[in-house]
Amino acid sequence: MMINNNRKLMRRSLTVLIIIAFASIIILLDTKTIGDNYVRRILNLGAIYAIVSVSMNLVNGFTGLFSLGQAGFMAIGAFTVAVFTVPVELREAIFYIVPQNPLVANIELPFFVALILGGLLAALVSILIGMPVLRLKSDYLAIATLGFSEIIRIIFTNMKTITNGALGINRIPGIPTMWITFGVAIVSIIFIVLLINSSYGRAFKAIREDDIAAEAMGINLFKHKVISFAIGAFFAGIGGGLLASLLGTVDPKQFYFTMTYNFLLIIVLGGMGSVSGTIIGSFVVTAGLEYLRIFDEPLTVLGVNIPIFRAGFRMVIFSFLLMILVLFFRQGIMGQKELSWDMIEGWFKRRKGLPKKGKVDKGGTI
Amino acid sequence: MKKFMSLILCLSMVLSLFTACAKNDSLPSSETASGDSDVIKIGVFEPLTGENGGGGSQEVGGIKYANKIYGEVLGKKVELVIVDNKSDKGEATTAVTRLIEKDKVVAIIGSYGSGVSIAAGDIIKQSKIPTMGASCTNPMVTQGNEFYFRACFLDPFQGNVMATYAINSGANTAAVIMQNGDDYSIGLGNFFIKSFKELTEDENSIVATSEFQVNDTDFNAILTNIKSKNPDVIFAPSSATTAPLIIKQARALGITCPIMGGDTWENPAVIDVAGKDAEGIVLSTFFDENDPATEEAKSFVEGYKKELGDSEPIIPAVAALGYDAYLLVLDAIERAGSTDGTAIRDAIAATKDFEGVTGVINFTDEGDADKNIAVIKTVKDGQFVYIDTVEVKQ
Amino acid sequence: MSFETFMQQLANGISIGSLYALIAIGYTMVYGILRLINFAHGDIFMMAAYFMVFSMINFSLPWYIAIVLVIISTVILGVVIERIAYKPLRDAPRMSIMISAIGVSFFLENLATYLFTGVPKGFPDIPFLTQAANIGGISLSVATIVTPIITIILLLCVLFITNKTKIGMAMRAVSKDYETARLMGIKINRVISTTFVIGSALAAVGAVLWGAKYPSVMPLMGVMPGLKCFVAAVLGGIGNTTGAVIGGFILGMGEMMIVAFLPLLTGYRDAFAFIVLIIVLIVKPTGLLGEKVTDKV
Repeated sequence: MMINNNRKLMRRSLTVLIIIAFASIIILLDTKTIGDNYVRRILNLGAIYAIVSVSMNLVNGFTGLFSLGQAGFMAIGAFTVAVFTVPVELREAIFYIVPQNPLVANIELPFFVALILGGLLAALVSILIGMPVLRLKSDYLAIATLGFSEIIRIIFTNMKTITNGALGINRIPGIPTMWITFGVAIVSIIFIVLLINSSYGRAFKAIREDDIAAEAMGINLFKHKVISFAIGAFFAGIGGGLLASLLGTVDPKQFYFTMTYNFLLIIVLGGMGSVSGTIIGSFVVTAGLEYLRIFDEPLTVLGVNIPIFRAGFRMVIFSFLLMILVLFFRQGIMGQKELSWDMIEGWFKRRKGLPKKGKVDKGGTI
Repeated sequence: MKKFMSLILCLSMVLSLFTACAKNDSLPSSETASGDSDVIKIGVFEPLTGENGGGGSQEVGGIKYANKIYGEVLGKKVELVIVDNKSDKGEATTAVTRLIEKDKVVAIIGSYGSGVSIAAGDIIKQSKIPTMGASCTNPMVTQGNEFYFRACFLDPFQGNVMATYAINSGANTAAVIMQNGDDYSIGLGNFFIKSFKELTEDENSIVATSEFQVNDTDFNAILTNIKSKNPDVIFAPSSATTAPLIIKQARALGITCPIMGGDTWENPAVIDVAGKDAEGIVLSTFFDENDPATEEAKSFVEGYKKELGDSEPIIPAVAALGYDAYLLVLDAIERAGSTDGTAIRDAIAATKDFEGVTGVINFTDEGDADKNIAVIKTVKDGQFVYIDTVEVKQ
Repeated sequence: MSFETFMQQLANGISIGSLYALIAIGYTMVYGILRLINFAHGDIFMMAAYFMVFSMINFSLPWYIAIVLVIISTVILGVVIERIAYKPLRDAPRMSIMISAIGVSFFLENLATYLFTGVPKGFPDIPFLTQAANIGGISLSVATIVTPIITIILLLCVLFITNKTKIGMAMRAVSKDYETARLMGIKINRVISTTFVIGSALAAVGAVLWGAKYPSVMPLMGVMPGLKCFVAAVLGGIGNTTGAVIGGFILGMGEMMIVAFLPLLTGYRDAFAFIVLIIVLIVKPTGLLGEKVTDKV
C-alpha cells in the first residue's frame, strides 16, 4: 500500500512537473526567448490541427461515425472570423469587385466573439445536416458528409457579397500570442476529454462498438449521434476560425474536401479513439511535413546529383509512409489507449526485458 | 510488437525532425559566423505540387535560369533556396517563415497563385524581407504591404487591355467565361466586363457571362449557351490547364469567333493540348519572344530556349516573369550595396527604368510594376506570334 | 431557347453522362463485392490517361495498339493496388479499408505530380475520334457519338459476365454473402481480382474516351470525375451495374440542364451532384435500382 501511494505521489508530481515544463516552454517561445518564428508557426499550426483532429476523432474515433465533413465546418468558422473581424475601413478595398452586403459590412466583432460565433454557426449547420444524414451507415455517411462539405464550399464561393467569393478575404487581424492558439486548444481538448469521460462519452463509445446493442441498452442513438456530430463541428469551426486568423486570409478553395483527408490521416496516425494520440499525431504530421522538405532539395553525393531528389518527392515519401502506417500499423501510435504513466513504465520495462505488470491500474492520464 | 514498431517509426520521425532543426541551425551559423558570409541567399517559394504545381515549376525554371546567368551580386555567390508551398495557404506560411528564419534569406521571390502570396504577405511585412512576386496578379497581394512588389501587371490593367483590343478589332458584343473559385480569372473577367461596357458605352454589350467551377473539364453547356447569344468575341481568362479545354470545346461546337485570354495562356501547354484549335486565339502578354523589346530579352530568349531544349518549344510567360523578378531583386541588392531588408526594399521601390525581359519596369507606390504596354499575341502554325501592342492610360 | 440549342445541350448531356457511366461501373462493382468506396478509382483513371500519353507520344505507338497496352497496364495497376492495399485489410473494419483507399488515392496523386509534374500534358490525337461532325446544326465530335455506344456495349458485356459466366455467378455470390460464398469453396481472392480487372479496364476505356473529349492530362484530373461517378453509382443503386449507367446518364444530363435552363446557377453546378446524392441517400438509400440490404445483427 505504501509503495503504491508513493508511486501515485511520484506520478502526480511528475505530471505537474511536465505541465509546468510544457507551459514554461510555451512562455519562453512566446516571449521569443527561445526558438524562432518558424518553430512558433509550426507549433501554432500543430495546435490548430490538434483541435480539428481531436474534434474529428470525437466523431470518427469515439462515436464511430465516419464523417468527412470537417473541411466544410472549418470553412464556416474561418469565414465567420474573416467576415466579422476585418476592420470596417479596410473592407471596401478587399471587396473590390462586388461590395459587401450592407447587412454585414459594418459589423465588426471582437476576435473571441467571432470565433465562438463561428463555432456555433458550424454546430448549427451540422445539426441541420445531421438530422437527415446521421441515420446513414458508415460509408454512406462518409460520402454524404463529404458531399455537404463540398456544398458548403460551393455556397461560400457563390456568396460573393458576404465572403468575397473566390477572391477570398485578407487582412484578417492576426494572432498576437501563442497563448490564443494553445489556450483555445487546451480548453477545447479538456472539454472533449471531459465529455468523453462523462456518461455521454460512454454512450458514444457504446454506439461505436455496437449501435444496435447500445440502442437496446436504452441509449438514444439519434440524440447522441447529433450531439457528438455538433460538438465535433463546433470545434472544427473554432479551429477554422483560428486558422483564418493565423494565416490572415481565407478563400473557399482552401477548404476543398481533400483538406479533410489531412485530419483523417492525423487521427489514423495518432490512433482512432485516442485523444493523446491525436494530439501527438497533429504535431508529428505538421512538423514531419516540414522535416521531409529535405527530400525536395537536390542532393549531391560525391559530386553526383541524385536525380530522384526533386520537388514533389517529399509528398511521395509522406504518402508512402502513410500507406505503410495504414497497412501495417493500423492502430496508429496509441490505438484506443491514452498516454498514461502505466504505459510509459510499460515501455521501459519491456525494453529492459522485465515482465510486464499483470494488473493495469488507472494511472494519471495526462 | 506492431505498436512498438509504430512507436519507433514515430519517434524516429520526431527525432529526425530535431536533428534536422539542429542541422539547419548549425549550417547557416557556420556560414554567418565568419561575419559576412560569401553566399547571399534568395528564397523562392512556389507551388511545385498540388493544384498550381505546373505553373509554379515553370516559374521556378525561369528563376533558376536567371540564377545560372547572373549568379553573383556584391561579389558574392547567390544561392537560391527553393521551397514548395503545395498550393496550400497553411503550407505557404510555414514555407515562407522557414525561408526567413531558417535559411535567413535576404529577399524572396514568389509565388504563382495570388492566394498563397496573400497568405505569406503578413509574415513578409513583419519580418521586413522584401519580396518580389512574379506572376501574382491579384491587387490584394501588394495592397498595404510595402515589402511586397511584383513584376507582372495587374488584373485591372490586363482586363482593360483586352477590352480595348477587342473593341479596336471591331467587336461590339462579348461573352465572358470565368472560373468561379479562381481569383485571377474572376478579377480579370470582371475588369474586362467593366472596361468593355465603359468603352462601348452600352450596358448590354456583354451578352453572356458564365462561371465554371475549379477542376471543371466540361464547358459544352456554357459554350452552347454562349453560342446561342452569338457574341463577337469570347473572353475566357483561365489557367493554362483549363484554357485548351475551353478552346477545343468551343471549336467543336462550331463557335468561330475569336477567343481571348490573359497572360496565363502564353504557355506551351495551351498549344500542346489544344493542337490546331489553338490557332487564332488572342491573348495579352508581357513580352514578345520574336521581337525582344530589350537587350536582356534577346539574350534571355536565346539562352533559355537552349536551356529548355526540346522539352518545351515555347518559353512560358511565367518563366520570363520569374527571370525578371530575380533580376529586379538582384539589381536592388546591387544598388542597395547591402543585404539589409529595408535597404533592399527601398532600392526596389527606387527602381528606375529597369530593362527586363518583359519590358521596362518602374514601380508604383503600391509596389506594382508600372507597365502601360501589353503585347497582344495570337497563335499561328503552332507558334505564338505578335500582332499588336496596346497602350492603355490608367 | 431554340430547338437547336436544346438538342445541343441534350447531346452534351448524353456524352458526359456516358463517360460518368463508364467509370461508375467500376465503382459499383467494387462496392458490390468489397463494400468499399474505392476512392482510388478516379486516380486509376488518371494513371490510365498518362499511360495513353506515354504509349502514343513517347513510344509513338499507333492508337489501337496503345489502347490495348493502356488497358493492360491499367488492369495491372488496379490489381496490384488491390493486392497491396486492400487485401491485407480484408478482415479489418470497413473504416480502415476506406482510409487505405484514400491513402492510395493520395499516393497516386503525389506520385503522378512527382513523376510527370503538374504541367498538363496534351492527350494524343486519335484522328477518327476527334473529327467533328455536324448533324442538323448540332456540332459533335465523333467521340461524343461513339462514347454512349461504347458504354452500352461494355455494359452488355459486363452484364453478360456477371449473369452468364461461372466467375460472374461467383461474383454475385460473394456480393450477396461474403462468408457463405467463402464456405462454399469460392476463391474469394480470384473473384475480387476479377472485379478489379473489369473495373480498371473500364476506367482505362473511360480515360481514353475522356481524353479524346477533354484532352488535358494532369495529376488531379481524376478527383472530381471520381467523386461524381461515385455519386452516379449511388444514384443508380450501388452494386447494380445497370443502375450505375442510368445514374451516370441522369447526372450528366442534370448537370447540363442546370447550365442550360438556369444559367444563373452555373456556379452551383458541382453542387448538383452532391445535392442529388444527399437526396437519394435520404429518400431512397438503395438508389434507383438497388436491392434492399438488411443489416445483419
